[in-house]
Amino acid sequence: MVAIREAFGKALVQLGETNKDVVVLDADLGSSTKVTYFAEKFPERFFQCGIAEQNMIGVAAGLAASGKIPFAASFAVFVTRRPADQISVSVAYPGLNVKIVGAYTGLFNGKTGASHMAVEDISIIRAIPGITIIDPADAEEMRCAVNACADYYGPIYLRETRDEWPSVFTGGCDFKIGRAIQLADGEDVSIISSGVMTSVSLEASEILAKEGIGARVINMSTIKPIDSEAIIKAAKETGAIVTAENHNIYGGLGSAVAEVLGENQPSPLKMIGIRDVLNEAGTNEELLVKYGMSASHIVEAVREVIKRKSK
Amino acid sequence: MRQKLNPAEIRRLQDISRKIRCSIVTMVKDAAVGHIGGSLSVTDILVALYFNVLKIDPKKPDWEDRDRLVLSKGHGATAIYSVLAERGFFLPEELKTFGILDSKLQVHPDRKKVPGIEASTGALGQGLSVAAGMALAARLNGKAYHTYAILGDGEIQEGQIWEAAMFSAHCKLNNITAVLDYNNVQLMGDVSEIMEIAPVDDKWESFGWEVKKIDGHDMDQVVNALNEAKGYREKPLIIIADTTKGKGVSFMEATCSWHGNAPTDEQYKKAIEELNN
Repeated sequence: MVAIREAFGKALVQLGETNKDVVVLDADLGSSTKVTYFAEKFPERFFQCGIAEQNMIGVAAGLAASGKIPFAASFAVFVTRRPADQISVSVAYPGLNVKIVGAYTGLFNGKTGASHMAVEDISIIRAIPGITIIDPADAEEMRCAVNACADYYGPIYLRETRDEWPSVFTGGCDFKIGRAIQLADGEDVSIISSGVMTSVSLEASEILAKEGIGARVINMSTIKPIDSEAIIKAAKETGAIVTAENHNIYGGLGSAVAEVLGENQPSPLKMIGIRDVLNEAGTNEELLVKYGMSASHIVEAVREVIKRKSK
Repeated sequence: MRQKLNPAEIRRLQDISRKIRCSIVTMVKDAAVGHIGGSLSVTDILVALYFNVLKIDPKKPDWEDRDRLVLSKGHGATAIYSVLAERGFFLPEELKTFGILDSKLQVHPDRKKVPGIEASTGALGQGLSVAAGMALAARLNGKAYHTYAILGDGEIQEGQIWEAAMFSAHCKLNNITAVLDYNNVQLMGDVSEIMEIAPVDDKWESFGWEVKKIDGHDMDQVVNALNEAKGYREKPLIIIADTTKGKGVSFMEATCSWHGNAPTDEQYKKAIEELNN
């Protein structure tokens, strides 16, 4: 297990070695987001913007308009909610090559409480036309995603988890923006997940296997543009879907999947995620249980959704 | 003492300004949308920049070494479109499409659609940060280009402007110049009544900027200040240009009632007559 933020910080340094256009902007949280590794290695390409996220996004837009590949990082709450207008008008509208990195996503932010919990960052960014959203499942997928960000021209929002989570890509990761990856087989139900909820979903799938229920697990790390084909195929083949995300169920992965199903392949659906409540500080394990997002909650959701399948 | 600009050059620029002002009034009249007052106040600054100061090539709008101009007060779109067309970035006929569906000339500038537009603006307060990013990129890339940002006076009520002011001074961006179009009128009334921004010079000085004050309609002063801005200095510079909202049309001057409405046939005729006299 490697902390996902560590993987991000190190991947950014590696990227900086090979791509001299990569520059990094920080809003005084670099020691937490781990862009400090880049700052130490490439001080001339690192810009400390202070606690001023709106300006940071604008400066990133100006750098991108001049051929640079800026990664602007802060906590997900601060880098999406506060400069939403700057992201929309200065970055997305002109389609500039800015990579926005939101750290400490969802519930898991080191006991800093609700003010620091990004439960609506995906909803906000997903409603802005033209931005790709990536929520990597583990350290390895984060490493791949960082490189993919630089290879892709256009605005990207990259979600960065704080802590160590079980690895799901132990044998390497064939990451491609916009493509879901199936991680477990099963014919009875499909669990579509992103971010750290993929490892929790795999745990649920193993529990279900012992009960004789085949739960397919699909890692949907690109939330926009969503892999509609993979969702429709899963719905056709398994007949029921459970989504699992570290985010409010309103506007996040569950909503995105529901939109695809509703328009193409209406199917029984159950969403696991934060159920539109404000949260509180606790350990990651405690929070998973309290907010209904543990493996056993996913197992329960699977049982329920299978009952709703048409006979 | 600096040299006075050649009188023939001043007359040439003033003639262009007159033509641009007629174009602004015509565009807003025809489209029945747009912002006349703030476009007329910023006209002389834009004409000075595009016809004397900026190192640009209309045939190569993406030329790496060009000077950059960010119109942060994006509602001055009719002014910058008229100037870009006159300068040859696109055909003047395009101006007739302003405000019409499928036109590349949106009511606020779109960087992706219009050659010569450096930043998509319209949500006030954002352009100075974008300009700072461009100035920073010049330093990183070892480029000598200069970046200008034109700010509205009401616009500097936005907090982001002061974040950008702090950032530019902190980074010692000596290759950026802000120009404040200080016409003292915003949508709902006088700036001093809506939200006082004075003393503007003290505010920028205290944020670490060099400040220069000019008459924003005296072409000699405007051109000289903008050209001198390219000279060596240690700090970012703001040129505070004293201007008149609705400049050039008597009944549009210094009033918020011409911030964002279109003239009637009769008003249009009178406006064009005044501008051509």
